[in-house]
Amino acid sequence: MTIADMVRILNARVLLGEEKLDTPVHTACCSDLMSDVLAFVDEKTVLITGLTNPHVIRTSEMLDLKCLVFVRGKVPNDEILEAAAEQGLVVITTKATAFSACGILYAEGLRGVPVPLEWNAEDE
Amino acid sequence: MDALIVNTYPVTARDYTSAGHASADIKRRLKQLGVGGDVLRRVAVASYEVELNLVIHSDGGRLELQVFPDRVQLTSSDVGPGIPDLALAMREGWSTANDEARSLGFGAGMGLPNMKRNADDFDIQSEVGKGTTITMGFRLQ
Repeated sequence: MTIADMVRILNARVLLGEEKLDTPVHTACCSDLMSDVLAFVDEKTVLITGLTNPHVIRTSEMLDLKCLVFVRGKVPNDEILEAAAEQGLVVITTKATAFSACGILYAEGLRGVPVPLEWNAEDE
Repeated sequence: MDALIVNTYPVTARDYTSAGHASADIKRRLKQLGVGGDVLRRVAVASYEVELNLVIHSDGGRLELQVFPDRVQLTSSDVGPGIPDLALAMREGWSTANDEARSLGFGAGMGLPNMKRNADDFDIQSEVGKGTTITMGFRLQ
């Protein structure tokens, strides 16, 4: 899947990075908790979030993320978009809720960051 | 062995707007030195987490970057308040962050465990009333 495919599937609007829509997308993560994003994500991941503050961009910078998807039609303010442009991020927004955006993309074959489902001794 | 680069960043308590600037600068400097890939990302993530911890939890402190030929060292030191129960603080999901930090997407209780996971060496010393020092080492291949 490419970012262009995501734009089509989610009927999204491209806010930044029109020229990079052919970038391949490997995995996705959906969270409003940046600490969780920092814990589990690598650079080939797309971040789906409802959070539109500067820390979303800083988190993306630390992880070298390539694409952000804002849900419920959210559009971050100009200052945040400028910071995202400096990072060279592709930023898109969809009217879908976070849950629906994830479900739609999953149904089309996109998967999450692999996390083992087994419980281990440290969890007890 | 002498450090090639030593840089210190003061970090102000509760300054959520500037939080992350030190880590962004650290990442840029390391990139300029040719550090890349996995190790750069691990340093960046750990640095951002520890910087946010200083902003969210400390009474103010500083972050120090030291670059040696074979490793990067990050040291965070603050002037308090100190952590009463380190074992609890290291547990995933445990957090004492306030609502403001949570509204920005932090306070998930992942910070310290995430630093430990990303660093090759991790040490934390804390004394209530005195402060906390976290030292993290990252091997350069």
